[in-house]
Amino acid sequence: MSKVRTLILRAPGTNCDVETAFAFQQAGAITSLVHINELIRREQRLSDYQIMVVPGGFTYGDDISAGKVLANELRLKLGEDVERFIDKGGLVLGICNGFQVLVKAGILPDPWRTNQPLLTLAANDSGKFECRWVHLKVNKESPCVFTKGIEHMYLPVAHAEGKVVASPEVLPKLNVVLYYADENGSSEAGYPHNPNGSIANIAGICDASGRIFALMPHPERCIRGTQHPQWTRQGVKEYGDGFQIFLNAVKWAQSL
Amino acid sequence: MDIYRLDADLKPGKLALVCGSLLADPVTQEYRCELTPQSESRVSTDYHIVEVAYNAGVTDPVEETVMKAVLDLSVRGVKAVKTARRYLIEGQLDEHQLETVSSRLLLNPIIQHVVRAKAVRLPQNPQYGFRLKQIDILGAGEVELAGISRQFWFTDDELQTITAHFRKQGRNPTDAELETLAQTWSEHCVHKTFKGRIKFADITIDNLLKNTIMKATEELNKPWCLSVFEDNAGVIDFDGRWALCFKVETHNHPSAVEPYGGASTGLGGVVRDILGTGLSAKPILNTDVFCFAPPDFPYDKLPPGVLHPRRIFKGVRAGVADYANRIGIPTLNGAILFDERYVANPLVFCGTVGLLPKQLSRRGQQKPGELVVLVGGKTGRDGIHGVTFASGALTEESTTISYSSVQIGNPIMEKRLIDTLLQARDRGLYSRITDCGGGGLSSAVGEMAAETGVRVHLDKVPLKYSGLSYTEIWVSESQERMVVAAPPDNIEELLTLFAAEGVEATVIGEFTNDRRLQLFYQGNLVCDLSMEFLHKGRPQMEREAIWKQPQYTEPDFAQPQDLGKDLLQILASWNVCSKEWVIRQYDHEVQGTSILKPLVGKDSDGPGDAAVIRPILDSEMGVIVSNGINPQYGKIAPYWMAASAIDEALRQIIAVGGNLKRVALLDNFSWGDTNQPDILGALVQAAQACYDMATIYGTPFISGKDSLNNEFEFEGKIISIPHTLLISAIGVMEDVNRVISMDFKRACDLIYIVGTTWNELGGSEYFRTHGFIGNRVPKVNPQLAKELMDRLSLAIEKGLVRACHDLSEGGLGVAIAEMAFAAGLGAIIYLELIPLGEPIDRNDFILFSESNSRFLVEVAPECRAEFEKVVKGINLATIGRVTDADVLEIYGLNNRRIVAMPLHELKEAWQRPIRW
Repeated sequence: MSKVRTLILRAPGTNCDVETAFAFQQAGAITSLVHINELIRREQRLSDYQIMVVPGGFTYGDDISAGKVLANELRLKLGEDVERFIDKGGLVLGICNGFQVLVKAGILPDPWRTNQPLLTLAANDSGKFECRWVHLKVNKESPCVFTKGIEHMYLPVAHAEGKVVASPEVLPKLNVVLYYADENGSSEAGYPHNPNGSIANIAGICDASGRIFALMPHPERCIRGTQHPQWTRQGVKEYGDGFQIFLNAVKWAQSL
Repeated sequence: MDIYRLDADLKPGKLALVCGSLLADPVTQEYRCELTPQSESRVSTDYHIVEVAYNAGVTDPVEETVMKAVLDLSVRGVKAVKTARRYLIEGQLDEHQLETVSSRLLLNPIIQHVVRAKAVRLPQNPQYGFRLKQIDILGAGEVELAGISRQFWFTDDELQTITAHFRKQGRNPTDAELETLAQTWSEHCVHKTFKGRIKFADITIDNLLKNTIMKATEELNKPWCLSVFEDNAGVIDFDGRWALCFKVETHNHPSAVEPYGGASTGLGGVVRDILGTGLSAKPILNTDVFCFAPPDFPYDKLPPGVLHPRRIFKGVRAGVADYANRIGIPTLNGAILFDERYVANPLVFCGTVGLLPKQLSRRGQQKPGELVVLVGGKTGRDGIHGVTFASGALTEESTTISYSSVQIGNPIMEKRLIDTLLQARDRGLYSRITDCGGGGLSSAVGEMAAETGVRVHLDKVPLKYSGLSYTEIWVSESQERMVVAAPPDNIEELLTLFAAEGVEATVIGEFTNDRRLQLFYQGNLVCDLSMEFLHKGRPQMEREAIWKQPQYTEPDFAQPQDLGKDLLQILASWNVCSKEWVIRQYDHEVQGTSILKPLVGKDSDGPGDAAVIRPILDSEMGVIVSNGINPQYGKIAPYWMAASAIDEALRQIIAVGGNLKRVALLDNFSWGDTNQPDILGALVQAAQACYDMATIYGTPFISGKDSLNNEFEFEGKIISIPHTLLISAIGVMEDVNRVISMDFKRACDLIYIVGTTWNELGGSEYFRTHGFIGNRVPKVNPQLAKELMDRLSLAIEKGLVRACHDLSEGGLGVAIAEMAFAAGLGAIIYLELIPLGEPIDRNDFILFSESNSRFLVEVAPECRAEFEKVVKGINLATIGRVTDADVLEIYGLNNRRIVAMPLHELKEAWQRPIRW
């Protein structure tokens, strides 16, 4: 069986590309860090890959609004390529800034179905960039292929604009994958368990197929046991909570 | 409200596209287009409108992004973009109140202004026409010479030397030549005080740096020191394949006048030091240390022209965090200290660790004929005279005259530069690299070419806007620029790589073999200096130093009966209290390397000691970074302040599970006016301690920096900062799985105090809360301390220790409280069991003594025998145990209970002050 090829998209201000690549490599994939200019100039082709990742960072400084400039670039310059990639069954993962990009490009929640974005990621209610660990509850009904077999995770967030905002009509139709919760799995707890004030405690969503998934927390920062903030109290586990996401993705992509 | 002003000729449809698809978020925002905006600050019945925009010449990076993004939309015809922010203020304010709100909260006049209706919003930049400017020093009289001295910040000696040099040449210097000399000879660049001759008591010290700090390194002669005191950062071996470099810089003066910009460019600068070390390193960790006046400093005592410390604090924090977070470097370590004497001179130390291949860890050397390539951002008028500004004292006019010294950072440009340079390094495309920092091109190119010579064509430098003279181009400190030397054969590949990543790279000259610095502008020779004179012509400075220990009132207050209240007060002091508000706003997880985070414990909110990272994700080796600083001790004895800072930095390395086998130190001296013999004497004392301690601990210094003249003059009075030495330590750890954290782990475990307690409360937090300084400053016995640290680290390595915390500000009282509330576990301890170095009959003195080389250690009862065997021979005792009660209990001499405090009260006192 040939190895799964993962494209990690780089743009000016991307800064989680290396650890995201490491997570996919540990999960058995071959990874390439590809600058968006290389795709635009056709030096690299999306169709050579099974997984595309938009990693965390501050693309173009998050100027104007987080992820907006890269989102427009993706939509206007690579729209057809991305559409073809998705139609052929490729997986798309957006982490943190990648979530913001996928939403603002109109790839999530429902790829290219409408011209008008249905939801957005707005500034945190706290008004601040915050880096903290959060408990996440996985929606068992979700079609998301990345989170199969996972019930809960403990992962770090680090962002200033992570509050999911959607209109009341859109909200019930969203394929929510992850909810912020407290240590008991309850989603009633409020800040700081929900670190940004996200509507309905939404931390991650996918499209109807479950192959396009984006989340604000960083699974790539919780691959090894020593990344867990309490490992000096609780002992070291072999893998971090985030690792299964990458294993799931690579396993799914192997069948493509 | 965000305002974007477009200088454009657009059809309504296109304008709607730009607004709807780019500038405004369709879900959460609305937009409005105005052709003739009404944006005057005015009084209305409902609310006031204040619009704040950047001053001409100050570039907001957002403007460039908007230009790019507009083109992505296939919209042409936008010629320029200016951003602004509009505030709506509800309530009735008169003009004066509105002015106060605007100037105190909404804008900084150094870089911003309130937009008035008639102001020109998209001002044209002036044009520059070449005219060679010479400074007549040969024909100048005394008054003119004094004026020239002041203008270029030369000392009398220096100007005489320069005059003699040009008299021999039979011509006057150009302005570019004098500027080059001023930059190269500035305190900031050459450390003339540290390298000068100092008369101290009966001895003359010829070069203090070489005789103390560098001497320790030389004598220790560690084979793992790969590059010390010669490059932009010190370099040590990590694992035989990779090397680590470390540098801490200060950016004090700019942060005083424009905290956000000053601090962010400070961080950007130290990151470029790392990029400019060896053949370039990848930045992997940041550490930031700040010193401010207390946030509750009374407004009416604020000297004129000085920003309030709370505003400086918030601005500096935001500047550093925004820059570091955006370029994706985890900020894992730091400290914030408070003293009223920092009111006009806040200190901002930014440090960065880098990782680079060991074989690329030495500074490169270019050959004549290689090209000078400027890479990164464009050049503007930013930061002109930053170096000479940083080397002088601040005055109340500094905030108005220094506008051109303040720079605006563009972190994404720096990130692009990092990404591209590391690729160029790995392809071997250049032979040498250095950063454009203080002094701009003049320092970078002047230093690189010291052994060869260089010809630079200043008109080739890409500019942000027109109107810069050749000298301004040469000394501009515009950010995010580096200079590389590239062989002509590689130049095409290098330029292609930079173009592919969208980063500017321009050949601006070539290295020669004539050892001359020659600058041209449009073909005209504007500077022609010999490297010999530039780098070796400076007259050595000679100064006198004295030192006499000041005597303070010995405290005479009675011992309080209930020390719980005192403990709460110390926990709530600005120096000790939780800095979580700051730490959470740094990304400490990016790069995925963190092993021990800045906040630890059950709820991730306890104060960790040192930071530990795993720089190579699939290796087990770690890097530990810590810092030691305590300016309070320096008020009594700078020698012991320096010794204590070193001990503190090393204690933290031990406390997390490290050892002293491979630990290197950095020094950062921030001092007052060293022309004063007593202030210089304090510097000599501190430097001597650095030598004495480093040689015995076996921890060499690998790099350092000094920032002198940190004083402020107003109404004839001078505020000088306390002598401040920051020691930063970097250690290599063989196995990160051995790391331990400071929070207690299990009820019924034993609590040990390791080390000896003395009656040493001079400069302590306890005395400070009672309004005293005292005289008995904590001392260090480095031989004993080294032995103790070696034994304790062995015990931790063997897995015999569950938690360890070093004792620093607030002594035992603070340390035990922190270990308990970070774990949510109680503790009970007995002061009469503590090993004392001398008789102490007061509970408060034992509890709050700040003696050095002490630790609190948690050991499981079943490990007791083994632990005591390993640490045999060092002074320690079991003083109590961990409990599962929600309370900290402390029994004093005669076994009376002196503290019984619920954990949540202790934690609340510690967390409340900076919960902003």
